[in-house]
Amino acid sequence: MNKHVSILIIGGGPAGLAAGVAAHKAGVHDILIVERDIRLGGILNQCIHNGFGLHTFKEELTGPEYADRYIKQVEELKVPYRLATIVTDLKLSDDGHTKIVTTMDEEGGLTVYEADAVVLAMGCRERARGALNIPGERPAGIYTAGTAQYFVNLEGRMPGREVVILGSGDIGLIMARRMTLEGASVKLVAELQPYSGGLKRNIVQCLDDYGIPLMLSHTVVKIHGEKRLTGVTIAEVDDHLSPIPGTEQYYDCDTLLLSCGLLPENELSGQLGVTLSPVTSGAVVNESLETSIPGVFSCGNVLHVHDLVDYVSEEASAAGNHAAEYIKEISEGVNVPDSDDKAAEGRVIVVTDGGVRYSVPSILRPDHMADLTTIRFRVGAVFKDVDVVTYADDREVMRIHKRVMAPGEMEQTVLRKTDLLKEGTPSTYRITIENKQS
Amino acid sequence: MEHKELICINCPMGCMLSVDIDDNGEMKVSGNNCPRGDVYARKELTNPTRIVTSIVNVTEGELPVVSVKTKEDIPKDKIDEVIAALKGVTVEAPVLIGEVVLDDVAGTGVDVIATKNVNRKH
Amino acid sequence: MQSRQIVIIGAGVVGASIARELSKREADVLVLERATDVCEGTSKANSGIVHSGYDAKPGTMKAKFNIEGSRLMPELSKELDFPFKNNGSLILCFDEADRNKLNELLERGNKNGVEGLKILSGDEVRAMEPNVSDSVVAALYAPTGGIVDPFLLNVAMAENAAVNGVEFSFDTEVTKVAKCSEGGYEIKAVRHPSIRNGQEEDADCEIHADIVINAAGVYADKFHNMVSESKIHITPRKGEYCLLDKKVGGYVSATLFQLPTAKGKGVLVTPTVHGNLMVGPTATDVEDHDMTDTSAEGLNSVISTGGLSVKALPSRGNIITSFAGLRAHEDGGDFIIKEVNDAPGFIDAAGIESPGLTAAPAIGKYVAELTDGILGLKMKRDFESVRKGIPCISLADQAKREELIAKNPLYAKVICRCELVTEGEIVDAIHGPIGAVTLDGVKRRVRAGMGRCQAGFCTPKQVNILARELGVDISRITKKGGDSVLLTGFPKEEPGAWVTSPKGGADHE
Repeated sequence: MNKHVSILIIGGGPAGLAAGVAAHKAGVHDILIVERDIRLGGILNQCIHNGFGLHTFKEELTGPEYADRYIKQVEELKVPYRLATIVTDLKLSDDGHTKIVTTMDEEGGLTVYEADAVVLAMGCRERARGALNIPGERPAGIYTAGTAQYFVNLEGRMPGREVVILGSGDIGLIMARRMTLEGASVKLVAELQPYSGGLKRNIVQCLDDYGIPLMLSHTVVKIHGEKRLTGVTIAEVDDHLSPIPGTEQYYDCDTLLLSCGLLPENELSGQLGVTLSPVTSGAVVNESLETSIPGVFSCGNVLHVHDLVDYVSEEASAAGNHAAEYIKEISEGVNVPDSDDKAAEGRVIVVTDGGVRYSVPSILRPDHMADLTTIRFRVGAVFKDVDVVTYADDREVMRIHKRVMAPGEMEQTVLRKTDLLKEGTPSTYRITIENKQS
Repeated sequence: MEHKELICINCPMGCMLSVDIDDNGEMKVSGNNCPRGDVYARKELTNPTRIVTSIVNVTEGELPVVSVKTKEDIPKDKIDEVIAALKGVTVEAPVLIGEVVLDDVAGTGVDVIATKNVNRKH
Repeated sequence: MQSRQIVIIGAGVVGASIARELSKREADVLVLERATDVCEGTSKANSGIVHSGYDAKPGTMKAKFNIEGSRLMPELSKELDFPFKNNGSLILCFDEADRNKLNELLERGNKNGVEGLKILSGDEVRAMEPNVSDSVVAALYAPTGGIVDPFLLNVAMAENAAVNGVEFSFDTEVTKVAKCSEGGYEIKAVRHPSIRNGQEEDADCEIHADIVINAAGVYADKFHNMVSESKIHITPRKGEYCLLDKKVGGYVSATLFQLPTAKGKGVLVTPTVHGNLMVGPTATDVEDHDMTDTSAEGLNSVISTGGLSVKALPSRGNIITSFAGLRAHEDGGDFIIKEVNDAPGFIDAAGIESPGLTAAPAIGKYVAELTDGILGLKMKRDFESVRKGIPCISLADQAKREELIAKNPLYAKVICRCELVTEGEIVDAIHGPIGAVTLDGVKRRVRAGMGRCQAGFCTPKQVNILARELGVDISRITKKGGDSVLLTGFPKEEPGAWVTSPKGGADHE
């Protein structure tokens, strides 16, 4: 017998928790959060460093403390959740309205849920060595930064003693400090790009504080060691990111940590047929954070990779609210999914260019927009002293000056609905970068 | 007149701070987007401090270790002493967030507290 | 010194096949393996192809054993429960001028006795495989070509041999083989410390064997030359591969070979039995018998050369891992499978390069018969020919999953989320007849960690399961035995490993 649930949230990390709390507060109580780990909180459980929550709670918390704030709310509101449970299948019912979710866990075996709405909050994974295609041998001692973080922070074990880090993503920078503090020697952080992939503050407090060099425009070109890693060869790269012959340098080390980017885990979304963006690898969503499938919402790192958990929570709360609205609408019979033609009518497509790589959302439906819509985006290179400019068709809507923008740091603007619709509904809303207007 | 450039580490905005120090040691901070940047720059150039996070061992817990932090920031040059003081510290589960794991660590007057709940192993 | 009837050196796919065939007979068989598991040399890094047999020159050992092996494979895969798929092979021709070579292959195949070969036009090929490149003008179609899981083929044969009484000694490196004046051979070996033997230090061992079977892969020449005056020489020939995500595993359904030209032997594009797409190999002769490193040039050439076969190889963003293997190429170019002339009782299974994987089941039969001819062994009455593999949750349908979970709830506890591998399967892998003791061993048996995240999430969980099941601390768990430790100690063990930078974070650009 299949179980019915109004909103099923896949993932009990920061996104799933915030979505569950928001949906509950919005009046939908028939919710289920499905978490694959044995505790709620997701990756925050292993992010024991501080720096979380400044935006949300106006204080500086560690990852587990930040997660606990939301877990407490979930417990207090009695939002139902299941732990150690994995979603194995996600599909639509024959009429296309109901989402059929199959879960598997040790105690309950297989369970099939029929959900009216689904919130995708599965998070992301780290890019592994194979995806980076680093040549060389295949010894032990090569870990993603997150795997090393798990061993140190949750198991209390050291994955190595002499460490080289490839990639300057935030987890890599944080692990440079963690490994150093716990007794390892971190020799350097090599970054393929000419700029860091992580937050500036992490370079200061994780590398500079401990005298760990950051070598920009460098990469690992060879891995050495048959059984355990014995060293890596690092070379400088040219403007096309290709190693420059003659610049190779060998470093002795027993550990290579990889912090080379995060990838949204959208395999389940793909099963369901959700349209994915080739840029973010996350779902294409509208102003309600709703995917190409009505009643399926996406938020957090599975939608697009964030730098700050505070913004994950904010985005996920919005997704939870929109999912609750959807439930109310279908219960009132309002939201009968439009035919494709009708659905496309009156839509504003968010276009990005001039160095802006993508935006979330990328579709705006004016009749569903609140007064204010947060639009998040990333740039593809480092920009200094420029303006972020937005246009409704050809009409300038906003112009914001930025001293510095970098690919490692997500940007956001808040769009006023009245500003967008001032001269009727445009067909596009364009976000671009222009030289500073004096 | 001396000039220093800093990156504020208070929040992820990472403001680029410019500090002009005149001959009397007076500082003028610019580039910050909030008052905390001003405070940070002055402190960073006179008495830099950090929050230290680490782990200590747990007995009888569902996890072998619990994450901890210094309740407040401590002088930066005391970081290694704080870590050394945490070596060998063991607490018994259950551990609750905020529980003091080690008081007055390394003579800083700051307590080290747990940042995670660890239940007892059942 | 212990005395054994038959010693096999090497637990790769050839050694395991011989062991299984001998286990059908009343015989005392010991397999010595240098590595900590089966399938650790050439057998673990190859194309996983069951060649139909058009390639080998008629009359060669390669031709004989290829054809026989490929005929044995479908039945064997049922008997021993390992994945095999008869997906067919296409040998693509890109130039009208090369058509004669395609005809030569057809003739050769017919002479070798390959069934169903035919030549297709470019359009016929594309009707069959829509993603084949438009520049393909014709192809030889070999419907008997197939793909197999090389690890499980090896594991299955070894496990079945073990169940039928063959003893395996892992971490045992043979250092010397010498003829004994009273007959037979004296083998000296070093047994290295490992989870399997609980040793803390190396231990020497000496074994007297009536028969020695040399299935030592790229090292087979070393052992042969210890006992024979007619020397052989093996060159390790390195092949690099790229493995692509299952998302693009359906890009082709047959195995696509390229017709060898003056420019090279070509690179194949094939689905794997598990639904990935694989591209490779390169072919470079190397000196080092253990160096299976990949190179930027090699991987680039795999992708660019392999890419010629199809319209647009979906490699971008979809490569999940790359690896290299060594093929044991003997100077004579053919398999050497015989009792050595000047060393009675010493049987070579040497120079087993491609199509060695396909040939292995037939080589096993033949070598067992040779042994039989020397010793006159009796067939066992109680030989257990059937082996049941570990259930595969990811491939099971809903009903099958429910059935398995009802038997063992651990089949519902997912450890590797990319490949949907459960704790139940991992525990089975550890407690099999030849159990896994390493991460790689688990991976090859049940695919945990073989998916797109490459064990990023499940490494700590797997390490804990291995330690728990084997009754050791997690620090003892290795990736592939020996010194391949995963953990190096505890936090704060080494104080003062760092010094606070005096810069105070200032002067940062």
